[in-house]
Amino acid sequence: MKRYGGNAHAIAALVREAEVHRDVYVDPEIFELEMEHLFPNSWVYVGHASQLAKPGDFITANIGRQPVMASRHSDGSIHVFYNRCPHKGVKIASEPCGNTGKFFRCPYHAWSFKTDGSLLAIPLKKGYEGTGFGDTQANEGLSRVRNVVIYRDFIFARLSDDGVSFEDYFGESLSTIDNMVDRSPEGKLAVQATPIRYMHTCNWKMLVENQTDTCHPMVAHESSAGTAVKVWKREQGDSTETPMAVQLYGPFMSPYEFYEQSGIRIWPNGHGHTGVANSIHSNYSDIPGYLDQMVAAYGEQRAHEILGEVRHNTVYFPNIMVKGAVQILRNFIPIAVDKTLVESWVYRLVGAPDKLYERALMYNRFINAPTSIVGHDDLEMYERAQEGLKSNGNQWVNLRRLYDGHEEQDVTAVINGTSERQMRNQFHAWAKFITMGMGERIEAAE
Amino acid sequence: MIGENTITDFIYREAELLDTMEWQAWLDLFHPEGRYWMPLEWQQQDPVLQPSLMYEDLLLLKVRVERLAGERTFSQKPKSRCHHLLQAPRIVACDPAAGVFKARTSYIYTETRGDMLERYSGWASHELVQVGDALKIKLKRVDLVNFDAPFGNIQLFM
Repeated sequence: MKRYGGNAHAIAALVREAEVHRDVYVDPEIFELEMEHLFPNSWVYVGHASQLAKPGDFITANIGRQPVMASRHSDGSIHVFYNRCPHKGVKIASEPCGNTGKFFRCPYHAWSFKTDGSLLAIPLKKGYEGTGFGDTQANEGLSRVRNVVIYRDFIFARLSDDGVSFEDYFGESLSTIDNMVDRSPEGKLAVQATPIRYMHTCNWKMLVENQTDTCHPMVAHESSAGTAVKVWKREQGDSTETPMAVQLYGPFMSPYEFYEQSGIRIWPNGHGHTGVANSIHSNYSDIPGYLDQMVAAYGEQRAHEILGEVRHNTVYFPNIMVKGAVQILRNFIPIAVDKTLVESWVYRLVGAPDKLYERALMYNRFINAPTSIVGHDDLEMYERAQEGLKSNGNQWVNLRRLYDGHEEQDVTAVINGTSERQMRNQFHAWAKFITMGMGERIEAAE
Repeated sequence: MIGENTITDFIYREAELLDTMEWQAWLDLFHPEGRYWMPLEWQQQDPVLQPSLMYEDLLLLKVRVERLAGERTFSQKPKSRCHHLLQAPRIVACDPAAGVFKARTSYIYTETRGDMLERYSGWASHELVQVGDALKIKLKRVDLVNFDAPFGNIQLFM
C-alpha cells in the first residue's frame, strides 16, 4: 500500500516539532522516497581529492543508492559522473579506487571515455551512422553530475539540477572541516588508509542522530569505556602515564554535567555539532614537537586558536560526521530501510608527527570497527530500536529534551549540550529536503 | 624440550579455551608484552601506522574479557558463542636455541548470538616464546580472507 509517494503533506506530517513518526525509520516506501528525493536534493560527500592524486585516478561512491565515480583528468580537474556506461548501463569502475590510465574503457563492448567523461571511441562506429546516435544522451559520454564543489579537497555533489547552493547549504558549518585541515602544519590532509567498514542492521538516521546524543555514552558505553576505566585503575600499579588507549576510552564516561556545559551548536539545513566549549577530545596528551610545528606554520596566536577548537562530532546533513580533533569522517551509507554501511575514514595531517596519525587510527578501530566494543554497545541499541519501532503501541519517537515550546528553524544557536535540538534540527531538514520540489514534479507528471 | 608437537598442541588448546569460553585461561596464554592483531590490509606490515581491525595488548584484552561478563553489557544479552575449526598448523619456525616458535594455521571461525550465525575464514599466525617450561603468545595475528568486507559485530576472539 502506497501512503507517501507523491504526498508531500503526509511526509511532512511525520515530523512534529519535537517528535517523529516511526515510519521515518521502518517504512520501505519512505526509504525509497529518501533515495529518490532527499539524497539527490542534498549535498553529499563523494570523497577526498588526495585519493585522486594523479591523472587517471578514480574513486567510486554512492549518492543515496546511485553509483557515482570521481576522476582526475589530464588537466588536473576533478569530474564526477554516474558510474554506468551510456550503452547498456554496465558499471565502468568496479573497485573502490584505482588508476585507469588515459581513458576509461567499458569491459562489455569497449566503449571508451576520456577521464573528463566525454566519449572517446566506439568500436565499429560506422554502424551508428545515420541512426540518430548523435542526438542521444549516450553520445555525450558518461553522464555528468553537474553540481560538484570541492571544498578544501572535500568533494561534495548534488545530483538534482535545482536546489540550494553549496554555500547556502553548508554555510558556517564548514568551520569544522576548516579546523580539521588547519590542524595540518601544511594545511593539507591525505587519505592513506582504507576505511573501516561496519555493516549495521538499522536505519541510517539512527546513526546520524546518535552523533549528537550526549545522554547515551555514560549509559550505553558503561560496558566498554566504563570497564576500560575500571580495569586501568586496578592494573595501573605505580605507572604515572595514562596509556593512549585509556585516554581515548575514558572521557566517554564523563558525567551529564560535562556534556551539559560543553554545549551543542546548530546550523541551518540540519547541520550541527557537539563539544562547543570543550569535548571528550580535549584532554589528550600533547604530541611532542607538534605545537612547535603549528606555531612555526601559523604563528603563536593562530596556532592556539586552531588547537583550542576541540569540537566533538559535527553532523553534515544528511549522512556524514566529521571529527576535526581526531581527523575522522564517518559516512553513513544507506543500503535499505534497515541496513546501513558505515565507512570510517582517517585523514593524515600532512607534515604532522606520526603519533597523531597513530592516535587517529587507534580511535577509529576502538570506536568505529566491527571489532570495536564501543561499536558493539551502539549497534545493539540501534538493532533493538529497529525491532522495537515495529510496535504499534506508540508510533512516535520522543525528541522533546530541552524543547521550550517554540523553536525557530534554520538558525544558528549554541545550546545546552544535552539538548535533543540537533536531532530536531536534522528532522526539520529531513522534511524540507525530502519534499523539496515534490509538488512541481507531481504537477509536471500529471 | 619444546618441539613441533608442543606448538601444535598449544594452538589446539588455545582454540579449545576460546570455544569453551575459559577467558581467563586464554588470557594466561599471553606473554605480558603479547599482542592480538587483526590487520585491515593485504599482507599488512605495520600495525600502528596502517589501519587494523584490532591491535590490542593484554590490558585491552582484559577489558574485553571483563566486559563480556558485565551486568550492563547489553550486546551480550543473549551471549555469543564461538567455534574454531582448524586445519593442522604448519610450523614456520621451531628453534628452541633461538627461542623462536612460529606457526600458521588455516581455519574457519563461527560466531553465534541468538538466532544469528556468522562464519569467517582466515589464517592465524602465532609467534610464541618460551617462559619457563611453557609457551606464551607474543603475537597472534588473524588475517581474514575478506578483511576488507563490512562485517557486523565480531564480539569474541578468532
